[in-house]
Amino acid sequence: MKFDTPAGANPTDRMAVLGKAHTHVEGPLKTTGRAKYAAEFQDAGPDLAYGYILGAAVAKGRINSIDTSAARAAPGVITIVTYKTVKPLKTGGFFVQRMLAGPQVDNYHQAVAVVVAETFEQARAASALIRVDYAREKGSYDLAASKDTAPPSPTEEFGGPPVIRVGNFERAFAAAPVKVDETYTTPDQAHAMMEPHATIARWDGDKLTCWSPIQQLDMGKRDLGMIIGVPKDNIRLITPFIGGGFGGKGTTQSDLALAAVAARQAGRPVKLALQRPLMFNNTTHRPKTIQRIRLAAGRDGKLTAVSHDSWSGNQPGGRTEPTALGTRFLYGGENRLFQRYLARLDLAEGNALRAPGEAPGMMALEIAMDELAEKLGMDPVRLRVLNDIQHDPEKPERRFSSRPFVQCLEEGARRFGWQDRPTAPASRRDGRWLIGMGMAAAIRGAPIAKAGARVRLDRAGIVTVETDMTDLGTGSYTIIAQTAAEMMGVPIERVNAKLGDSTFPMTPGSGGQLGAASSTAGVYAACMKLRETIAQRLGFNSGDVDFSDGQVRSGERSVPLTDAARQGDVVAEDSMEYGDLAKRFEQQTFGAHFAEVAVDRFTGVTRVRRMLAVCAGGRILNPLTARSQVIGGMTMGIGAALMEEMAVDTRFGFFVNHDLAGYEVPVHADVPHLDAYFVDEIDATMSPVKAKGVGELGLSGVAPAIANAIYNATGVRVREYPMTLDKHLDQLPTIA
Amino acid sequence: MKAFTFERATSVQDAAAKAGSVQGARFIAGGTNLLDLMKIEVETPTHLIDVNGLGFDKIEKTREGGVRIGALVSNTALAADMRIRRDYGVLSRALLAGASGQLRNKATTAGNLLQRTRCPYFYDTNQACNKRKPGSGCAAIGGYSRQLAVIGSSDKCIATHPSDMAVAMRVLDATVETVDGAGQTRTIPIADFHRLPGDTPHIDTNLKAGEFITAVTLPRPLGGEHVYEKVRDRASYAFALVSVAAVIQRDGTGRVAVGGVAHKPWRIEAADAAMPQGPQAIASRLLAGARPTHENAFKVPLVERTLAAVISEARAA
Repeated sequence: MKFDTPAGANPTDRMAVLGKAHTHVEGPLKTTGRAKYAAEFQDAGPDLAYGYILGAAVAKGRINSIDTSAARAAPGVITIVTYKTVKPLKTGGFFVQRMLAGPQVDNYHQAVAVVVAETFEQARAASALIRVDYAREKGSYDLAASKDTAPPSPTEEFGGPPVIRVGNFERAFAAAPVKVDETYTTPDQAHAMMEPHATIARWDGDKLTCWSPIQQLDMGKRDLGMIIGVPKDNIRLITPFIGGGFGGKGTTQSDLALAAVAARQAGRPVKLALQRPLMFNNTTHRPKTIQRIRLAAGRDGKLTAVSHDSWSGNQPGGRTEPTALGTRFLYGGENRLFQRYLARLDLAEGNALRAPGEAPGMMALEIAMDELAEKLGMDPVRLRVLNDIQHDPEKPERRFSSRPFVQCLEEGARRFGWQDRPTAPASRRDGRWLIGMGMAAAIRGAPIAKAGARVRLDRAGIVTVETDMTDLGTGSYTIIAQTAAEMMGVPIERVNAKLGDSTFPMTPGSGGQLGAASSTAGVYAACMKLRETIAQRLGFNSGDVDFSDGQVRSGERSVPLTDAARQGDVVAEDSMEYGDLAKRFEQQTFGAHFAEVAVDRFTGVTRVRRMLAVCAGGRILNPLTARSQVIGGMTMGIGAALMEEMAVDTRFGFFVNHDLAGYEVPVHADVPHLDAYFVDEIDATMSPVKAKGVGELGLSGVAPAIANAIYNATGVRVREYPMTLDKHLDQLPTIA
Repeated sequence: MKAFTFERATSVQDAAAKAGSVQGARFIAGGTNLLDLMKIEVETPTHLIDVNGLGFDKIEKTREGGVRIGALVSNTALAADMRIRRDYGVLSRALLAGASGQLRNKATTAGNLLQRTRCPYFYDTNQACNKRKPGSGCAAIGGYSRQLAVIGSSDKCIATHPSDMAVAMRVLDATVETVDGAGQTRTIPIADFHRLPGDTPHIDTNLKAGEFITAVTLPRPLGGEHVYEKVRDRASYAFALVSVAAVIQRDGTGRVAVGGVAHKPWRIEAADAAMPQGPQAIASRLLAGARPTHENAFKVPLVERTLAAVISEARAA
């Protein structure tokens, strides 16, 4: 099915099942421990063996020698994979880092060897017996030190060209009466998802089956094929559930590539899980950024010039963090300048982490907007409302497909009680706590991509949906079941959604918050085809056939849906493909975040007291799962604002706090009551389902709302995340 | 993890004798720290002696009017004990500020005293660490040291002791009771139990080989206000950047110990004497001679400000 004109009325508008709060359909499986995650498929083979990765002990250098003799002689060891035992591995099409070191080591904890043994404990013990002699080489690990020599980025898929100019920024900035010119930094961050990267790989002849938590299965197959030199069609990936990914499981990482290689070398199925301390330096992460924001406005608060320059670092071939993605579309201002620079660093690869671009970009831009509001003496909400736009500032002929941004801001201000905020910084106290309120805007792109599904109606009246879409705890099973139930006119209990198998029809999977919109549109396409087949089978000639309450109706005639399957299952498969609506319209999601914080006037510790997000994400397919996505994002934003940072040892070139004791993410005690509210919106330019995503929108803008609240509480402006107590302690009021 | 042998101890005498005579033998109780370290081969015992069946799990009144806490009393049980909550509130609060509910259920009193540093370089066997591998150097000095010591450190080691419980015990003048393989018992004041790193940072305590902790005793209750203030980035389940344990009397006198700043719970009796003069006077005595790193210099003013919070809280109570 092709979607190339904005959607009209269709069966999803009925909203009998869609749009209703429904708990996760797979919830009982998870709460009773029956949901089987990739690494739990012990029945992959009776002879399942266990792999264990030895990570490189140096960040950059060459392997002079690897002595595996003691490890090979250790109890239970079957084989040991090193660069000497396998054909050179290539890189994939998305992540660029090499999965196996040798002779060159590219980053700390890059895999040097995989020990395969009869048990996990034997593999782990033997790995410690491998002796590797390295020749260390000088590397580059410090973005701040590399900033001034970093060259402009190449033109990139997500970031676009390295320089984007509209009007004459320099002249407008110089002439403006009110301006902000500040530099902000965001740290390296880890995905820190609960389930580690963990794969079981099994070869049957030249066919490879891998149970592996990969968010985007088709991309995972492609990249695995590229890395190990196997045709994509010979690979099957299975992942019914994923225990969090946040982009870190976007496509093939070392667990998958090396499990496949190790299983081939061992001649047995192999399970390979990354041990937690390896995950931080071995896999991808959100890279540190340095961002310079320049904003200029007239005394009326209207922006006249906007500039967002950004520096990040990466391994050769790696991407720049596209921090200006949101800035380009959030506010007006006729004169604009966006510049990206990419330093060469020898840390692990920087790549996608939930809302790549917008999340760190908003962390800078939205503090700058707060600073501008203060200079103007203007309410920060009003400043944002005043600079709302309806057209793409770079291509004025393009409208936003839908943009309830002002509504988000005003609704949020009303619901949060923004009018009662302390307007002067450091003016409100509650015992030992300094109280502040802050807000920030949120924007995140609304991509959608070709997705398919297969739908089957059986004799028992069960509708089975199959797609290779994944569920990371996001609610994919539930919204896909809801879509099929709505389309086929049956209760959700009669839908069986099957996901996470690459032999099912292709979707783009979960990433970039495109999963919900894309996969449900694919289900729509397949269901439309199934409705047509069923209508024909039941002898309906008219195109105007209604599917509801388990009946198929047209005019006076009504037939039970199950009649269509009396002679056997009815099956339909189709996919949704897209025309140029995404070119004709700028498609984005919008939001506003509000936060109230308390800063201990003695110790400088910040605790969040309450937060509110107001979001516009197109049609909300399930307000319960959507809310969970948003409050999950807000929780992650608390981490970004207050604690999350991978600390770089710039001498030895690695992230030092490489476990969950050292890399702190929020715990329950950090997370107060969170509210998420969705404004009514449908976006007919997206797909017939008229939905967008919300998962990344829920994170974008959270951290700067907290940062602005801290400033409001203390009167001390910090421009370096995370905003730990040591960053403002020396500027807090002295204590009596 | 290296392969090891394992036995369940049936008598404290045998356990201590075995631990003293078998090279590489270690006691194990809760295992909340030792097992983690064994998995990454920071600890590589050859033989584990499980002491969980030996009793030592009572909290009793002593003849002197204090309490004796059995070495195997769990952190949860100790924190919840009515007498501890009433008479030694600082200890209960310190315990509840540490770890998580699950860990406190397993962790024991003696094990808590014996836990190793959380210095990240100690945990990474690729890095130089004099505590893990004597003579290899200290990668933490000049590295990521935000969490590490500001006082009492040496040019061999800047690790901190991570316990909250021990800081409260230090302010309460607890005594550690032990027995060795020959049946000899002794008592060690908590002040002398943990060591400063000096040139031998691999030795955390003054216990002798095989010496087994049987109990920790607390002297008679001190009265006063008991406060434990733990400062950390995350609200729970994190080690202290700085912590303050204090017992403050109505007349403003009292005593104070600080955690998160040194290789042992940090207390200077001269600082106690300065209690009535306020946080600045106390802090300047406590931290005289502090040698913070660039990354943890904030701990010095933070100690003073946390003391101010503690004193103000005690006054308000």
